Parts: sequence; C-alpha cells; structure tokens
Amino acid sequence: MTATTPLWEVFIRPRNGLAHKHVGSLHAADEVMALQSARDVYTRRGEGNSIWVVPSAAITASDPDQTAENFEPTADKIYRHPTFYDIPDEVGHM
Amino acid sequence: MAVFEALLELADDHLILGHRVSEWCGHAPMLEEDLALPNMGLDLIGTARTLYDHAGKLEGKGQTEDDLAYLRGEREYRNCLLVERPNEDFAHTMLRQFYFAAFMRPYWLAALGSTDDVVRGVAGKAEKEMAYHIRHAGEWLIRMGDGTGESAARMHDAVDALHIYVDELFDSSEVAQQAEAAGILPVRGDVRAAWDKTVAEVFAEALLEQPQASFAQRGGRQGIHNETLGHLLAEMQVVHRAHPGARW
Repeated sequence: MTATTPLWEVFIRPRNGLAHKHVGSLHAADEVMALQSARDVYTRRGEGNSIWVVPSAAITASDPDQTAENFEPTADKIYRHPTFYDIPDEVGHM
Repeated sequence: MAVFEALLELADDHLILGHRVSEWCGHAPMLEEDLALPNMGLDLIGTARTLYDHAGKLEGKGQTEDDLAYLRGEREYRNCLLVERPNEDFAHTMLRQFYFAAFMRPYWLAALGSTDDVVRGVAGKAEKEMAYHIRHAGEWLIRMGDGTGESAARMHDAVDALHIYVDELFDSSEVAQQAEAAGILPVRGDVRAAWDKTVAEVFAEALLEQPQASFAQRGGRQGIHNETLGHLLAEMQVVHRAHPGARW
C-alpha cells in the first residue's frame, strides 16, 4: 500500500497568528488527497483553520546517535534563558 | 400536511444516505477513509435530525425525530431511490455521494432564500458540507476513473448502475410542489443545470461519460422502494423497536 499511497506529515495551525504544528501523519496517493485526508482525520473537533501536508520523505531528521553531541552542550548555558530581566507589565505575555 | 411531508422527503434522503455511508465504518479500504466516510455520514444525519425535528413541530402531533426515523416502515419512507442504493464497492459509494452532493449543494444555496427560518439555517450549514462532499467524492472519481484498468472498469460499472436513479432527484412530488410554491423549499428541477455542470467537469477529468438515460427509475417519493431499503431499515430500527423509549 505504501507504494501507491506514501506517507505524509500533517501540520495544523490552530488559530490565526500561531504557527503550524505537527499533529501526525497519514497515507495518501498525492498532495490533494493528503490534504483532504488531513482535514478528515485531524480537524474533526475544530482543531484548526489551516493545514499543511509534507511528504515524509522530504523531511531530513537529526541522527539519534548524535543526540548527545547535538543537544547536551546547551544544558549548562542557563544564561541563554532570559530570566535575568524584569519584564515591564505593559509588555504583557511573552 | 404538505410542508410536513415535503420536509420528510428531504430528511429521509439525508438519513438513508447517512446510514448507508455509516455502513463503511470499520470496513473502509484505508484508515483515512474510515474516518472520512463516517464524517460525511454524520453531516447527513445531522441535517436529517434538524429537518425531522422541524417537520414534527410543524405537524403539531407530538412526533419526535426518533418517532419519524425509527417507527416508520419502508412504504412510509419518502427518500429518492438513489440514496438507498447499496454501497457495493468504493466506486458505487463515491459516485452515489457525488451525485447526491452535486444535487444538494445548489439546492441548499437556493434554500438560503427560503421563507422558513429553520430551512435557511440548515441550508447555511449544509451547503458547505455538500461542497466538501463534492470535492472529496469528486477527487476519488477522478483517481478511479483515470486510474488502473480495474478502478476504471469499476467506475464505469457504477455509472452504468446508478444513472437510472438520477432523474428522480429533479422530480418534485405534489407535496414538494406545494412547499416550493410557498417559497419554503427550492424547485428541484431548477438545480439541474448546476448539477450537469458539476458532473460534466469531474467526469471530463475522470474520463467518464454520462450515459444517455433511456429510462429513469422512480417511485421513492410515493414509498415504492427497492427491497434493499427494508433491510436497511431493519438494521437501523431494530434497537429502537426492541427497546421502545430506551435512553443512553
């Protein structure tokens, strides 16, 4: 089945102004059918107002074997978190 | 009461097709369609519920949507014959859905000008649902018709089998004519041009041809149905008839 209906990754934008977020994947023959299936499978409860579908094969992923070298070096760099500032009330939620 | 009966015709079309589509639940060829088909079935059943409820209130004899859906026999059902046709294969199912939605979309658009508040409300919601059903089923028609040898053969079989049920869609029964004259429901025949256009566009891409109808099967609006409707109703009504008044 995967030969005729490859895998697609689905991204939904919940509201205007927010970013599209990965919600899952599905099988479909082409991009038009993938969009329709994404609508049917992932937006049944009013989850969003925009859909992206991307062929899973088009995604380049980081290597799990490189997880340590990729991500551990940031663990002790707490000065990168902006927690040393007082945010004025007028700025609101950041 | 003519308007009551005219609304029943419309509600029955939606309930019967909704039930037919729901029969795919758990049996669709792929998970994606297993969700898409019940979605479409629920659109139709939702419309049926509102129409039954409204019809029952207009009649004023205390009939609820459940009474109308579960306690009428096949001769009392007034749906057109197209919607009761069995699912057969995916080609039949998608073509039936496409034909019906291609009819209902322009019908509901016209019903936005109804003199009846509830009909206008239903129309506003249902025309969007039907637009999606046209798109969903239409894309499948294109892929099956212009697909493999087998999918094209199945698509052609479906067209041959279902085209005799098309003309009945555009017939207005006596009660429907009264509701139409009162401005409550649109004239069925008036949506033919829009239907022809929708079908012609998708059929061209799907490499399908509308056969010249030499004969049209009719009778649903008089309660004369194919034997398949009795089986459908038996399954749909059995719980309600076995346990009258039961609640979840």
